[in-house]
Amino acid sequence: MSQITDEQLRTFVYDEAALIDEQKLQEWEQLFTDDGHYWMPLTPGQTDPILQGSLMYEDRMLLQIRIERFFGKRTFSQQPHTRCHHLLQQPRITARDDAAGRYTLRTAFHYVETRRDEEALYAGWVTHELVRVDGTLRIQLKRVDLLNCDAALPNIQLFM
Amino acid sequence: MGRYTDNPAAIRALVREAEVHKDTYIDPEIFDLEMEHLFANTWVYVGHASQIPNKGDYYSTTVGLEPVVMVRHTDDSIRVLYNRCPHKGVKVAGETCGNTGKFFRCPYHAWTFKTDGSLLSIPFKQGYEKTEFSCCEASGGMAAVQAVHVYRDFVFCRLNPEGISFDDFFGKSLSTIDNMVDRSPEGKLQITGGVLRYINRCNWKMLVDNQTDTTHPMVVHESSAGTAASAWSKAPPGTLKPMAVEVFTPFVSSYEFFAEMGIRVWPHGHGHTGVSKSIHSDYSAIPGYLEQMEAAYGKERAHAILHENRHNTIYFPNLTMKGPVQTMRVFKPLAVDRTLVESWTFRLVGAPDMLLERTLMYNRLINAPTSVVAHDDTEVYERAQEALHSRGRDWMNLYRLYDKDEPRDDPQHETNGTNELQMRNQMRAWADFMTAGMPGKTEGGAA
Repeated sequence: MSQITDEQLRTFVYDEAALIDEQKLQEWEQLFTDDGHYWMPLTPGQTDPILQGSLMYEDRMLLQIRIERFFGKRTFSQQPHTRCHHLLQQPRITARDDAAGRYTLRTAFHYVETRRDEEALYAGWVTHELVRVDGTLRIQLKRVDLLNCDAALPNIQLFM
Repeated sequence: MGRYTDNPAAIRALVREAEVHKDTYIDPEIFDLEMEHLFANTWVYVGHASQIPNKGDYYSTTVGLEPVVMVRHTDDSIRVLYNRCPHKGVKVAGETCGNTGKFFRCPYHAWTFKTDGSLLSIPFKQGYEKTEFSCCEASGGMAAVQAVHVYRDFVFCRLNPEGISFDDFFGKSLSTIDNMVDRSPEGKLQITGGVLRYINRCNWKMLVDNQTDTTHPMVVHESSAGTAASAWSKAPPGTLKPMAVEVFTPFVSSYEFFAEMGIRVWPHGHGHTGVSKSIHSDYSAIPGYLEQMEAAYGKERAHAILHENRHNTIYFPNLTMKGPVQTMRVFKPLAVDRTLVESWTFRLVGAPDMLLERTLMYNRLINAPTSVVAHDDTEVYERAQEALHSRGRDWMNLYRLYDKDEPRDDPQHETNGTNELQMRNQMRAWADFMTAGMPGKTEGGAA
């Protein structure tokens, strides 16, 4: 099997963010492995998602519920819909194990979420733990470390 | 001065038998009066003793809008001090929590204070000789809140030195705290997991009202809990029900379910939903837990503790608790249209970790800035905050199951779970504690 290049890894991260910005959320959710998770810790440097509080720690079922709700007719807080925008720095490849097909990337980001006349800007870092499955990359863990994860936050509706 | 200051009759007129005037939620003068009177005359939650286990440990927070610091004094007692230097007014404890040792030190001029607030030292003190400094209020140090009560590690204070006693204020409502603490095989709770904090752009009372509003979940939460229920219904037979599905799906229970589960109210604005059962009744057993409880309390008592599945308990004015899931929220008023929610979690000391796992999952799924359940609540609060400004209608309506003979002073009263009695109960208490001791006209029967 041919080796996955640095460019392929970085492109994966850019494309993943673009799916969220374009609200192709069902397609986005398919990027996760069956046991994949989306994790947004509550404290800087947090290591435990189970016995420590988190802003989000969601498996695919919870992500699917979230996405189905987002498009639901009775979802009053999404009438009108929230929109979002990712601005990513070039991802750094922080770990690579070609034999096991495992890769880790860390990417600094600015993320804007807007609805009606409100707009909120968030900054942080996203860590992608990717695995190669049948020659394609999938997300085992997407970890979003907000710069102000422990602040009093407004509602966050979409995915960073 | 506006129309309500020093006018208890005008304030009382805002709360009718089963209607509440919109000014209660949108008038900045009323908000200021709430901070001055309501949050001073009532026993307000400060913090939990497990946050400050050692001498010198402190936790800084607010009561109403006033910064206070809760600290473990050298004699191991818990003190609550106004977090303000008597010199130039600087907030002395700047971090949320920490250990200050034997004294607090102001960062401005290095005045120091013992952990009971008394003045310890002032640098270059000869400047105060022959000035009569010892006669002025600053010589007393950081002012201590006099009325502090610790109940099973929950710390409350009443800022007004005079007023209703702790026991009279809470009465039988303390049974909710009892049940949550008793759920630990060791009879002890530990605040843990961090605190989720989020801002709602609405009046703080909207969040309080919503806790015992049992005819909204099937409407507001159809989008989230309904989606979860429908996702679960498609799972292949025999699939193990995930913890998250257990947490979500009861939110879309029927009107009949919520009616049957009952509401219980206590005097002074306290009350709870979920008398006979609740949306927390049917969670799966956690392996090993029942055995621990039976060993600790005996079979009969253990079952009695675990059979109590109260939904939301309101400790008026701004605390709400879920005993069966070990979560607690504080609705901190910031402005007439702005509220900070603090969402806390407890470990039942001695119980299996899996209980804490469920507590934390509940908190992030239901009571978080990222919660798809809370998002739809927030939407209705914020729409109300905006639309209440309409002059087309002046009153919020609380007529559901209103009975003009409903009890006002029963030590405990139970009713249909869809009754809006608890909302009326807390607004009657609101009128009492807003006007208690208020100077000015007294017609309207100020308490």
